[in-house]
Amino acid sequence: MRVLHLCVNGDRLEVAAPPHWTLLEVLRYKLGLTGSKQGCDKGDCGACTVLVDGKPVLACLTLAALSEGREITTIEGLMPAHRQAGGEGADPVQEAFDRCGALQCGFCQPGMMLSARALLNDNPTPSPAEIKHALSGNLCRCTGYTQIVQAVELCVAESTSKKPRSPAWAPGVNPWSRAEPASGGQD
Amino acid sequence: MLRLPKFEMAEPDTLDEAVSLLAKHGDRAMPIAGGTDLVPNMKHELFTPELVVSLAGIAELHGIEQAGDGSLILGAMTPLDELARDERVLRGAPALAQAASLVAGPQLRRMGTLGGNVMLDTRCQWYNQTHFWRQSLGYCLKKDGTECHVVAGGRKCVAAASNDSAPALMSLGATLSFQGPDGTREVPIDDLWKSDGIYNKKVSGEILTHARIPAPGPGHRGAYGKLRDRGSIDFPLLGVAVRLDLGSDDVVTDADLVVVALQARPVRVRKVAETFRGLEIQGPAFREALDEVCTLASKQCRPLANIPGDHEYRHAMVPVYTRRTFLAACEQGGPVHHV
Repeated sequence: MRVLHLCVNGDRLEVAAPPHWTLLEVLRYKLGLTGSKQGCDKGDCGACTVLVDGKPVLACLTLAALSEGREITTIEGLMPAHRQAGGEGADPVQEAFDRCGALQCGFCQPGMMLSARALLNDNPTPSPAEIKHALSGNLCRCTGYTQIVQAVELCVAESTSKKPRSPAWAPGVNPWSRAEPASGGQD
Repeated sequence: MLRLPKFEMAEPDTLDEAVSLLAKHGDRAMPIAGGTDLVPNMKHELFTPELVVSLAGIAELHGIEQAGDGSLILGAMTPLDELARDERVLRGAPALAQAASLVAGPQLRRMGTLGGNVMLDTRCQWYNQTHFWRQSLGYCLKKDGTECHVVAGGRKCVAAASNDSAPALMSLGATLSFQGPDGTREVPIDDLWKSDGIYNKKVSGEILTHARIPAPGPGHRGAYGKLRDRGSIDFPLLGVAVRLDLGSDDVVTDADLVVVALQARPVRVRKVAETFRGLEIQGPAFREALDEVCTLASKQCRPLANIPGDHEYRHAMVPVYTRRTFLAACEQGGPVHHV
């Protein structure tokens, strides 16, 4: 057992963990931050994606002991960071995923949203191809990715005050345009 | 949930300290670079070191430099995504930049390093599995068992070299520097490999410190092609690195073709340079020579059922990827991949 000095979501923490524990295990089982998912646990699926110094990495393959002195951001830290920066509500990426229905089971979502957040921090106006490339290390077994890419496109459109592209399934009505809210409920 | 077996960690700041730790603990210690190969392998109990020595804090292993003679010196701890984006690598060693850009997915390229990719363990569908899975099968020749499940009755492990950087570095004539208890030594990358799937390198107990790629000529062209099921994450079902050196009027002065993910070591296809030499890349003779090179590659490459993916399909793709990757190199394009 050793005492690790970690910086998680802006909090400086001391946490005791054995040297063979991964960052994911420390986050989930020592710090209770279960937003980072334990999927394949061997580097295939991307469900455990967290940001280390602002870049998406896989927490299931990162040894916790080697994460000391790095800034770690999990999905739990996205909204507080957004609000601390003067924003309202959740992070725009989280809002967009919600509005676009970019989930079914939700298991891949924390990793997806962190990959998307890191992309938008680096490149505020990515093309659809760049979005797909940035999210290519995050597997989703439910949605078919369409709404996920659309959610990031929506984020880009709103941050640049452009009208978001209307999805093919809603011709004539843009359900994601805040100026023209969709009539009727969308389940 | 896959738990890591217990081990202790050491985080040396200097190369000498890391070398002496590895020498002191022998087979009970292993170095860790990015961890993207070692950590899953430890989770599968393929490796159970008592001490894991992190190379992350050793400053001299990091970074890319261009020497006065134009050669590139690539630190072993250089992350693959840095390699894929670096202007000097893109210009001087396009096949390597392209190969690095196609390793796994974005997160793994950010974590994985050049050194880790060169020293990657060989892979096999009967080996890269959990302990429970392997135990159920009675293990295999590479680890804990005596039977090869790829070649019935086989006495030699045929797990595949699956590192995208290796054929690219071979095509570029790279030299590797290692540091061990007896000092530093340089190994031409062609001399690193042996055809043994259990451990396909002739170097052990030493730390790869950097790779040196000689300065390319003005007419250097290179590209990398990778066959895989998905456009991300997967290991190669086939990897093809090509080099064309062009003289005046785009005439080929030298050429190389190195293929990976078929057998235990990367394979150089023979007679490629002789077939292309003296031909102008836009001319009809070059196209005929390319047909011949594709046939040579197909004849010399014999994929086995060692990694997932139908091996006859992988064999059929050898000439296809050879052709596409050479054509991409001619056009200074690439990388070549179908998804």
